[in-house]
Amino acid sequence: MTAEQARTLLAERLPGAQVAGDRPMVVTVPPDAWVPLARLVKETLGCWFFSFLSAVDWKEEGLEVVAKVDNADDTLSLLLKTRLGPGVTACPSLTGVYKGANWMERECYDMFGIRFEGHPDLRRILLGDDWAGHPLLKSYPVDAPHPPYR
Amino acid sequence: MTTAASPSRVEIDYTGSERLTMNMGPQHPSAHGVFRAILTLEGEQVVGVDAVIGYLHRCHEKLAETLTYAQYPSIASKTDYVAAMTSEFAYVRAAEMIGKIEVPKRAQYLRVIAAELQRVASHLLWLGTWCLDMGGALGGGATIFLYCIRERELVLDLFESLVGARLLYGFYQVGGVRYDLPPGWPEKCRETVDLIDRRIDEYQRMLEENPFFLVRTQGVGVISRELAQEVGISGPLVRGSGVNFDLRRTDPYSSYEDFDFRVPVETGGDCYARYRVRMVEFRESLQIVRQALDRLPEGPVSSRPGLKSVAQVRIPKGEAYARVEGARGEVGCYLIADGSAKPYRMKWRGASFSNLAVLPHIIPGHKVADVVAIMGSVDPVFGEVDR
Repeated sequence: MTAEQARTLLAERLPGAQVAGDRPMVVTVPPDAWVPLARLVKETLGCWFFSFLSAVDWKEEGLEVVAKVDNADDTLSLLLKTRLGPGVTACPSLTGVYKGANWMERECYDMFGIRFEGHPDLRRILLGDDWAGHPLLKSYPVDAPHPPYR
Repeated sequence: MTTAASPSRVEIDYTGSERLTMNMGPQHPSAHGVFRAILTLEGEQVVGVDAVIGYLHRCHEKLAETLTYAQYPSIASKTDYVAAMTSEFAYVRAAEMIGKIEVPKRAQYLRVIAAELQRVASHLLWLGTWCLDMGGALGGGATIFLYCIRERELVLDLFESLVGARLLYGFYQVGGVRYDLPPGWPEKCRETVDLIDRRIDEYQRMLEENPFFLVRTQGVGVISRELAQEVGISGPLVRGSGVNFDLRRTDPYSSYEDFDFRVPVETGGDCYARYRVRMVEFRESLQIVRQALDRLPEGPVSSRPGLKSVAQVRIPKGEAYARVEGARGEVGCYLIADGSAKPYRMKWRGASFSNLAVLPHIIPGHKVADVVAIMGSVDPVFGEVDR
């Protein structure tokens, strides 16, 4: 599948999606189309390789969840994005589509406090269970002490 | 980090016999770092695994937001400290992609040489420690461990004469590499490469003619092609499961398209298949180093010579995802620049993190001793898992 075909298919099946760029092709959808988008790119575009999932804190504009998937056979490379909106910390989980999303979403919850709805086991992964706060949020200062001290 | 009874525990059919919960790690010699596996046992059989990571977490991603583009590369090497060149490589590539910074051809070749020697050093450490883990069955696995460490020293000697450091280098910088080859280095490098090439034959004979080694690795820890694709593992693991996926081939960077090399693929999916893949990779890496030395172009080693002040690296607003094929798979850096001297956001994609996530799917059903063999065959480096 070429990038052009992928673009046409995305426009057909997900009219709300904004597609930009080529390598990687950036596909932005609203959160309610997040899982359908993942299903489409995996099943129809053959993007089996789940590279990573993370988030970006755009301060007042809210959080953005980013995922990178690849179709290693004909080198289609997609960067999937969804804006959760100001103050929103809920996002649909991709674990039903990609098994690899499990640990990635746990890390994302750990670092940003995003609650992935439908995740089978959403708990902290890198930090201790008793950690307060989510370090990668821009509101979490680096130069102030944070309990618990270890 | 977590408690023993968690819903993510993967279980096979419960036969009703008595169960025992065993903590393997966080301090366990076969964990190759600080990894805790909470195993549920029925006799000698593992029926459930809960993997606990995070003991080495230093929040590199937050740290990167506080350091400039010139400062961070030397810190980047501390994510995967066994293959430190790789993570520096991913970071500087991301910055170069956003800033559309040219890298001179000579610097690209030097980057390839360093990256491939690093792969050899990393695989040597993997082979040695893995065989040491399987210990007694190999007639006292310390033999091959010491052999591998001996050869790794030679590669580290090369790095030392090139960079001045043996473990964490800071060799890559935005726009090129920091140092050109010192006089006599190419000859010394060729000698080392030839020597290691011969020694690999010796390891292969030692291992592949050893029935104990074959019993411990063949058919153990099978990752099916489907599972490999689902979980997003990469590097030798995915190639050991029959998937031909190597970034140097599918998405060439830094002049990899100039070199002639094979991408080994094995279909077994077991520990032995992963071993076979890495053994071929050894030779291919050595081959790439030879080719790069033969065709090394003349010219500058950086497009920004005499980089002295951090203000010289101004990256415009933008974002990029750069990835390189590390010793353990896809090492990626997702970088968002806001036009200031420091990144707005940086995300590390550590190959070991995704590779380790496959463990809970493959360990159940094996004996405790096999857990050690499987873990070693995954080759995790916890600096990269926990970042």
